[in-house]
Amino acid sequence: MSFGAELLHLVTVLFAAVFTENILLARFLGMCSFLSVSRQIKTAVGLGLAVVFVMTFTVALDWVAFRYILLPFNLYYLRFLVFIVIIAAFVQFVEMVVERYSPVLYQNLGIFLPLITVNCAILGASLFMVIRDYSFAEGIAFGLGSGLGWMLAIVAMAGIREKLANAKIPEGLQGPGITLIIAGFMALAFIGFTGVLSSERKQTEPKPVTQEIRQVDQDTTRIVVEEPVE
Amino acid sequence: MAQQKSAGQIVKDGLWLDNPVFTQVLGICSALAVTNLVLNTMVMSAALVFTTALSGFTVSLLRNITPRRVRMMVQTLIIAFYVILFDRVLAAYWPDMSRSLGPYVGLIITNCIIMGRAEAFAGSNPPFKSMLDGFFSGLGYSFVLLAVSVVRELLGMGSILGIPVPFLSSPGFDRWIIMVMPPGAFFTLAVMVWMFRSIKKRGEQKAGGGK
Repeated sequence: MSFGAELLHLVTVLFAAVFTENILLARFLGMCSFLSVSRQIKTAVGLGLAVVFVMTFTVALDWVAFRYILLPFNLYYLRFLVFIVIIAAFVQFVEMVVERYSPVLYQNLGIFLPLITVNCAILGASLFMVIRDYSFAEGIAFGLGSGLGWMLAIVAMAGIREKLANAKIPEGLQGPGITLIIAGFMALAFIGFTGVLSSERKQTEPKPVTQEIRQVDQDTTRIVVEEPVE
Repeated sequence: MAQQKSAGQIVKDGLWLDNPVFTQVLGICSALAVTNLVLNTMVMSAALVFTTALSGFTVSLLRNITPRRVRMMVQTLIIAFYVILFDRVLAAYWPDMSRSLGPYVGLIITNCIIMGRAEAFAGSNPPFKSMLDGFFSGLGYSFVLLAVSVVRELLGMGSILGIPVPFLSSPGFDRWIIMVMPPGAFFTLAVMVWMFRSIKKRGEQKAGGGK
């Protein structure tokens, strides 16, 4: 592949991760903080930025650990353990660095960092990276894209919920209920992006939704939601 | 939480009164994605119940010798240990299922419910009670997921556990494709949370504010 084509491919991976394969709306990862921290745009942006940053770097670190430690020593089954330890260590490290060198940033971002260790989107991104067998550059593009997609979703949700503060909502539906319904509509809207990236889908992306449905029709016993391993 | 709860109370809280999904809407991350088929959900639920029960037991056993500063890390590693066990067994004896669940089995590690139970209950209660608590919290969670998956598979594909249901699988019935896709999960869960909260509220009013 020439350099230009490769760059285009990376951009495709990035955009696919942001829109068509949004880690929150299509893969349901990072729901906990999505539901609880989406009341105000300001905090949502803070958390979103922290996620983008941590996700990009942990996917890269996990890629290195996976390729150069786990695979050569045949320790594939230890990947959960290794990934979660790397994530926790990285978050702790960033927290210390930020606290030391940039108190302002620490005040804005610091409170969110501990939350991130238990954010399943971070671990999920690394696991998807392994399953899809991404190269290093693809992995970084995917991590960045997933983080941006997550941020986009939570900021949009915070914007909607701020407007919703004055609305009359049935008592039982307040809070998580209405948030889930809005998330459903957002997911519906994001499905609309599916047709946008078609040129490279065969290699990088799972089947488009229409094909997935056809597969559902034929094989009613089991659908493979995820792309197969290897 | 400071007082010792009776076993019966633990069962009732885990299944209904304190149901982790309905009251806190926690831990749905790793599991909503697998609710499009009842069978996938059952396997996922089994993994979850197994992990919550045994990790509760282990965390509680080690609660007096775990330094407070590193307890989150210790809990995570204990949970990861059980998840890896389950993942390996699944990959060895049921590779198809392991493949179709993809990364979601591993994501049980970061499931907030397990962590929450370990932190809130197992850290201050004896081992067997913690195991009971973990077991029934997991069961309460599973029962919500199963309900969601039954609705989704029934309306989306006209079958349950892959067996076609008479009316819904006939050509005269338009399948709700949306139910198989992500938005269906959000809508179904939202409606369930709504129902639960309304029912619970009514019960509280009848009992005069008490439980």
